[in-house]
Amino acid sequence: MALRIDPDHRRFRDIVRGKIKQDLRKYVSQGELIGRKGKDLVSIPLPQINPPRFHFGSKNGNGGVGQGEGDVGDSLGKADPNAGEGSGKAGDQSGEHALEVELSLEELAQILGEELHLPRIEPKGKERIVSQKDRYVGIRRTGPESLRHFKRTFRQALRRQMMTGTYSPDRPIIVPVREDKRYRSWRTTPLPQSNAVMIFIMDVSGSMGDEQKEIVRIESFWIDTWLRSQYKGLESRFIIHDAAAKEVDRDTFFRTRESGGTMISSAYKLCAQMIADEFPTSEWNIYPFHFSDGDNWSVDDTVQCIELLRTQILPKVNQFCYGQVESPYGSGQFIKDLKEHFDEDDRVVVSEIKAKEAIMDSIRDFLGKGK
Amino acid sequence: MTVAQLPPYLHDIQKEIEAHGKAFGLDFWDVEFEILDYKRMQEVAAYSGFPVRYPHWRFGMEFEHLTKSHIYGLSKIYEMVINNNPAYAYLLEGNSLVDQKMVIAHVLGHVDFFKNNYFFSKTNRRMIDGMANHATRIRRHMERLGVDKVESFIDSCLCLENLIDPMSPFIVRKAPERPDTNEPPELAEIPKLRAKSYMDKFINPPEFVESQRKKMERERDKPKRNPPEPERDVLAFLLGNAPLEPWELDVLEIVRAEAYYFAPQRQTKIMNEGWASFWHGKIMTEKALKASEIIDYADHNSGVLATAPGQWNPYKVGIELFRHIEERWDKGRFGREWDDCQNIDQRRAWDKRLGLGRKKIFEVRRLYNDVTFIDEFFTQEFCQEKKFFSFSLNERTGNYEIDSKEFRQVKQKILFQLTNFGEPFIAVEDGNLDNRGELLLRHRHEGVDLQPDHARATLTALQRIWRRPVSLITVFDNKSRMLRYDGKDHAEKAA
Repeated sequence: MALRIDPDHRRFRDIVRGKIKQDLRKYVSQGELIGRKGKDLVSIPLPQINPPRFHFGSKNGNGGVGQGEGDVGDSLGKADPNAGEGSGKAGDQSGEHALEVELSLEELAQILGEELHLPRIEPKGKERIVSQKDRYVGIRRTGPESLRHFKRTFRQALRRQMMTGTYSPDRPIIVPVREDKRYRSWRTTPLPQSNAVMIFIMDVSGSMGDEQKEIVRIESFWIDTWLRSQYKGLESRFIIHDAAAKEVDRDTFFRTRESGGTMISSAYKLCAQMIADEFPTSEWNIYPFHFSDGDNWSVDDTVQCIELLRTQILPKVNQFCYGQVESPYGSGQFIKDLKEHFDEDDRVVVSEIKAKEAIMDSIRDFLGKGK
Repeated sequence: MTVAQLPPYLHDIQKEIEAHGKAFGLDFWDVEFEILDYKRMQEVAAYSGFPVRYPHWRFGMEFEHLTKSHIYGLSKIYEMVINNNPAYAYLLEGNSLVDQKMVIAHVLGHVDFFKNNYFFSKTNRRMIDGMANHATRIRRHMERLGVDKVESFIDSCLCLENLIDPMSPFIVRKAPERPDTNEPPELAEIPKLRAKSYMDKFINPPEFVESQRKKMERERDKPKRNPPEPERDVLAFLLGNAPLEPWELDVLEIVRAEAYYFAPQRQTKIMNEGWASFWHGKIMTEKALKASEIIDYADHNSGVLATAPGQWNPYKVGIELFRHIEERWDKGRFGREWDDCQNIDQRRAWDKRLGLGRKKIFEVRRLYNDVTFIDEFFTQEFCQEKKFFSFSLNERTGNYEIDSKEFRQVKQKILFQLTNFGEPFIAVEDGNLDNRGELLLRHRHEGVDLQPDHARATLTALQRIWRRPVSLITVFDNKSRMLRYDGKDHAEKAA
């Protein structure tokens, strides 16, 4: 059922989303955000918006009057600012109670996109042009004459004339004035349609600790979320590797902890294979993301990786992203090798993720190009 | 507004309860009840009981808040009624019959209060139409100028919404006296000390008289201050003096009108709820309840009047105080003789069988507001009997702790929080500070500091309306400070 208050409610949500924008960094680096994901919803506690007023601060004179058993010195507990509030003050304490606002993942992704100032990823191929559609959805008081709604204008004029008593049934002449005029109004909705696949590759060798995996988990969650908002029919695939690579499901991707050596080339081989077999370039936007601590087994293997990238992967993908998580054990050499070979190539994006706080910047590195 | 008719069985109940109310002496307008489902109920509640308000996000926020707490089972809106003639009230669809009866009886109490309490006497009794008109006006501005522009101006006005003088509708204002001629008014006689003529020269030396005359002339020719007296109705001052566009004036006027409309309800929260609860109790228990309904009624009624430890429930305080007053006047526990009596046993057994209680509470509901109500009737006996205490934050433990059960302290705290709705007294001191067209407000400090960051943010909103720099004199940490905002920077200095 449509309510009169719906537009106000929508407006509030918009403002709330604006609020999140400033605080987003904090949320992105909180691991529990994903854990609290229900079916499709993420709860974020948010401050209530209260316009500032001249009002008493909480520093002195806090407290109030209550009723019930108890003696001087008895504790009433860590009163939340609402309970135990004295008369006349209830609700006047602004900015302290948190209001839980639930956002759907799409909303979150949109917020993320706004915060990062990301352009929309461009569609690939002719068939996937983003189309826009105008629909006439309502009536306004202002607008071009060509969109004037005759019936509504007439009705309004008739009403006015009847109210002012200038209408006579014998001579039913209706003359609309400016205030009577009603116009059609429209809304434009974009219809993005594209196919995309994300291939997340993670190094799970012994040197990747829990903290490193946590970073990868959060970052890939956000990337996943944002790209989903850009494309319909988005797929995610997961590859883990130590000395050998294998494809796994999402759950395993985040949980596994192998303890072998590291051969990055194995993963790249598998990735190239996957693209060749399942995702023809003409139909798919392809985004491989590789996360590692940058410690490869041998120089030879690195050379092989570069070769694989250059000949088999890069020609087929929109962008190849490499995120290097700092780890106490790894040498962190791989990122330097990539930079050396692909510095000129803007299809390769590398990013160093030093700590949880850097996740936001890293996502910006990866997605900020809008490719 | 078209009102869906109540189903016949509820209509009959309404008639029945109204008859009981009238028999008790309640005096109310016609009440139009409407049944709403819970979503519509929350919508109307978010609009403070009105079917239509102007578009603003804070109603949406309120709605979300209510919806959430309904879903999580934290609260339920029992009753809602608006001060309007005829009064409009709402019943929640699907409530049990006992609940509906109780709400109807409760609402009658409110409507009687709206109609008869002095502090409501100046409110617009056709506010339903008033609110709808406000909505239309604001919508029109939004269509012409864009939603964002108008909405952010509303936001600015709302920051100042509390800067009104709730008593101002009662002040009879004289039209300013205009001199009949354009001649400067004659100087009043220069005050002289009485002296014999030969001593006059010495007692009132000519130089002194001359200097006095000069001084009075200067006084006369001095530019008039605006406002002549500090003005507590800041919104009215802005309406009269700020350089606003016509649409901005209109918006500010609407915000002010609504603030004044709601002010009496905030001024009489305890009394209003107490009075309504008193009467729903009387009507239900003495007249309207069937034997089979008593348990349900008692259950719900106790929910309304419950107080968690350390909480303050205006319904409960109000009803208990009304009952206390009724008892006192029934037993003649008032007047000099009663006040002078120090013998506790005597006081306890005091009963003159005057039976004046009912008459007294009707008088109280007509003439008092929360402040005077508490000030006059919150007695030591009442405080002890009903176990009131005051509490404050213990900085060390971070807990709220009971700090006193002493009558004076408790009462003082209640009064402090009720006075001016527990909000600071702030008045316009000068609309032309230093002859530079700047606005100066002064906070009458009474022991509690303002929240500094909010104060600064509010100044920003004020500057948005006044256009020229604005200042506020207040006290932080026992030092008099002057906050100033000139449109770009915030400054603070000793005042």
